[in-house]
Amino acid sequence: MIPNTKFVAAEPQFPTPCRKPVQSTSLCGKTVIVPIRQVECSTPKIQLQEVSLSYQTDTGSELLALDRIDLDVHPGEFLCIVGPSGCGKSTLLHLIAGLQKPTSGRIAMDGDSVTAPGTDRILIFQEHGLFPWLTVGQNVEFGMKMKGLSKAEREDRTRHYLRLVHLSQFKDSRPHQLSGGMRQRVALARALATEPDVLLMDEPFAALDAQTRDMLHDELEKIWAETGRTIIFVTHNVREAVRLGDRVVLMSFRPGQVKKEFVVDLPRPRHLEEVEVARTAREILDQLRDEINKSLEAEYAHERS
Amino acid sequence: MSVANHSDLSTAVESRAIGVRTDHAAPTRLQNRRTTGRGILRRITNQVIFYSVLLGLWALLAKLRIWPPYLFPAPWAVASALWAGLQDHSFLIGIAVTMKRMLIGYSLSVVLGMILGLAVASNKFLEETLGALLVSLQSLPSICWVPLAILWFGLTEKAILFVLLMGCILSVTIAMEDGRKQMPKIYTMAGRNLGASGFRLFWYVMLPASLPYIVSGLKQGWAFGWRSLIQAEMIFLTIGLGQLLMMGRDLNDMSQVIAVMLMIIALGYLVNRLVFRTMERTLQSRWGLAPNA
Repeated sequence: MIPNTKFVAAEPQFPTPCRKPVQSTSLCGKTVIVPIRQVECSTPKIQLQEVSLSYQTDTGSELLALDRIDLDVHPGEFLCIVGPSGCGKSTLLHLIAGLQKPTSGRIAMDGDSVTAPGTDRILIFQEHGLFPWLTVGQNVEFGMKMKGLSKAEREDRTRHYLRLVHLSQFKDSRPHQLSGGMRQRVALARALATEPDVLLMDEPFAALDAQTRDMLHDELEKIWAETGRTIIFVTHNVREAVRLGDRVVLMSFRPGQVKKEFVVDLPRPRHLEEVEVARTAREILDQLRDEINKSLEAEYAHERS
Repeated sequence: MSVANHSDLSTAVESRAIGVRTDHAAPTRLQNRRTTGRGILRRITNQVIFYSVLLGLWALLAKLRIWPPYLFPAPWAVASALWAGLQDHSFLIGIAVTMKRMLIGYSLSVVLGMILGLAVASNKFLEETLGALLVSLQSLPSICWVPLAILWFGLTEKAILFVLLMGCILSVTIAMEDGRKQMPKIYTMAGRNLGASGFRLFWYVMLPASLPYIVSGLKQGWAFGWRSLIQAEMIFLTIGLGQLLMMGRDLNDMSQVIAVMLMIIALGYLVNRLVFRTMERTLQSRWGLAPNA
């Protein structure tokens, strides 16, 4: 049985997320008010209010992809979003990035409405997000160049962030010459180099092998601790979410809604193989299973028709 | 190796995209096979044997005198005609004039074709109307524009350029349109996300992202343009390679005709090899595309 929610003091080297005491479901199923690391909170970093998105399918019918999503993400928080495929979790990131507009509702960053893409919110894609016509260094430089930074500063920062992801010697390589894991590290460096407040990560490690993924988890956690960025991390892998997140948001299948939130207060650094991580993941997975079944049923129904 | 690889001036419409993204192992493996010393040596040996046999057969047939020499000249007669033409500069002037026309017409086609292609790709209305028209126009051989060109411009330089333009521009336009439509959307998203918009999004992201399509379009455009130009020159009878061909006919000088044909082939091959092959190779090695999928 899962022990009652524990609140373990975070390791000092990790940032203390600023969160309001929120009502949340504890892991033993009882709804409790969770008092989190008592910090009086200002405005949330990212705030979603009643965000809905619907679009026309090929057959012409209206499909509700996201249904009135309310979500507050706090400064410095590592938030993970899990859900079955097709629940709209990637779409949600695109909305926050400003690449798409919601049908209704409001998305705000630091209290201001998000209307267009901005370099304060950088999205990291699952794969192929790097530009193949540029070198690794030029890729990292790209956002800074668009921002109009001077050449000297661009070079400085490129060097710094490539070192941060341990790819200094690959500055002049082409993306296709790197392995999948290295490419995702370049994408991370490219995102960090514009010094965004918020990193949006769309299943960035899904296409990688397990060893590479483990290593990148460690690196990402370290970089997060060092830079204090707010991270919204979308994944279908619940263990990965528990491994990384301060909080895990479970989304339901079509229409995408926030089904439940789980606060993960396990000490950091965590490991994928830890018993506590596995146990917490299992608890979330039980809730997720219904949604996965719904998603599978929808797929089969589509095939039958 | 694919057929398109050898028929370099192939105008097959389907050979437009020069490669697809593959896993990382594939390009290296293919490149290895292509660039190993033994592979190159074998290819050269094969080619030497092939052309020697071809030349030998030609010489034999000429020696047998089945046809009179003024209809079927021997290789050495063609060689001496070639030499004579180069000596008295008539061939060199012909080449220079033809290449100058080609450069002017081609540059014009590329600029106009790109603008047209972009317009068609970025506007739904234009795509459904003009886009469809352009595709159907491509089935019209460019020689069909000659009567119209003569009536509009008379027997002038402009008329030749017009025929060349009509032969060349559609390939560039259609390739540009394809590139804009088929380039992975993720690049545009990543570009916008990193702060590029408007012209800079086009210049730094969309244009380079559609480069593989553009290069194939440029190559195809050159091939079409080259044919159109020679055809036009044959009819307009101004200085140029086409005119030299016709002059050979008028003088019953088959050696000259064949010599000029050889020059046309050689020039087309050289440009393709030096310009477009290099462009494709650079692109392939930079992007990690498989050579000629």
